[in-house]
Amino acid sequence: MRTIRTIDIKNAVKQAIYEACHNLNSFTLGLLKKAKETEDKELSKEVICQILDNASLAKEEHIPMCQDTGIVTCFVKMGNEVTVDGDLVKAINEGVREAYNDFYLRKSVADPITRINTKDNTPAIVHVQTEVSDRFVIKIAPKGAGSENMSKLKMLNPIDGIKGIKEFVLNAVKEADGRPCPPIFLGIGIGGNFEECAFMAKEALLREEGSPNEEIAKLENEILEEVNKTGIGPMGLGGKTTCLGVFINTAPCHIASLPVAVNIQCHANRHVEVKL
Amino acid sequence: MIDVTKLHAGDIVYLDEVIYTARDAAHLRIAGLLENNADLPVNFKDSFIYYAGPTPTKPDGIVGSIGPTTSSRMDKFVSMMPKLGVKGMIGKGPRSESVKKACQEYKMVYLIVTGGAGALLSKRVVSCEEVAFNDLGCESIKKLEVKNFPAIVAYDTYGNDIFER
Repeated sequence: MRTIRTIDIKNAVKQAIYEACHNLNSFTLGLLKKAKETEDKELSKEVICQILDNASLAKEEHIPMCQDTGIVTCFVKMGNEVTVDGDLVKAINEGVREAYNDFYLRKSVADPITRINTKDNTPAIVHVQTEVSDRFVIKIAPKGAGSENMSKLKMLNPIDGIKGIKEFVLNAVKEADGRPCPPIFLGIGIGGNFEECAFMAKEALLREEGSPNEEIAKLENEILEEVNKTGIGPMGLGGKTTCLGVFINTAPCHIASLPVAVNIQCHANRHVEVKL
Repeated sequence: MIDVTKLHAGDIVYLDEVIYTARDAAHLRIAGLLENNADLPVNFKDSFIYYAGPTPTKPDGIVGSIGPTTSSRMDKFVSMMPKLGVKGMIGKGPRSESVKKACQEYKMVYLIVTGGAGALLSKRVVSCEEVAFNDLGCESIKKLEVKNFPAIVAYDTYGNDIFER
């Protein structure tokens, strides 16, 4: 049995948040650089250039890429051969608190009714999953509201099938238009139940490669192609660069249900993985 | 100072202007003050409203990261913009027909800046002063002087719309 110290969790979370907010990950950077070459609409190309310039400035001068440094979601994968020497959720929130204070990040978390700010960006949203291993992995994803607000969930009818799923996703993207800071990424959860499909949609956004399932990978590519045909383009200015990646996670569902959730992600696509 | 009637949807402009940040909460308060005929804490005449809430300013900095927030959340406040005498609004994303019409009727423009380019945009801010509703934190009203601030004209004073496809 391996023991993970809460202080190490706190520090790892803190550093991961800094990293996510200041350094555009190489996966997203690569896709944006490619889009700069392929986008032929002048204004849209200008926007992509600004996004790339912004990423360099953020990294070099330690300025957050975006002022909306988000609310933090933490995905923890914990093996059966590890134990934590204290309160895991508390340690994560300590890391969030220190990161948002020490790195001058925006505190964007408030009571839903009174709208009084919690002033330290806590609480983070923490999901813990277990597995048979000696691993302890935390994936940190601070996400802004611009794209999160455009996300949608619908309980489709089973007979709606692939056609219904595509229609629902396409409509969500069209309705969002230029608001969620395109070029976007799409995380899609299909199946499970009401909350499981929303969780899968968010978790899918952490991926950097297509689904290992051939059928699902095909659907990811088809949706990517169709979204890029909408002509929404970077910041809604038109062009062929609307979406940089589609990631679908699935789970079995009730015979009478077809839950589908689409989580829209902005071009910053902030996520960092830490292993302890 | 820019003459907004000379701008057309699709133009790229580099602003040297005074702009005031205001988001949801600040708009709600301004609307309340106008409703009660109370004095406004800021004279917005001939300035721009920028839908933005920056990250905290570092001790040696001018302003934090300061990109735009989604403008459409402020659409319901567009009717008070002419009362404030602003030249226009700055944000991101498409907005409702009412905003487009107000721009045409009251000779205002709606400009967009690149969402998520908060670091780049912060370098074009030469001064920042918190001038009202300080208790709102990042949502307070800040007076910014910007130089060479890159924006795109989305709605002009002639009813044109960059988002129309």
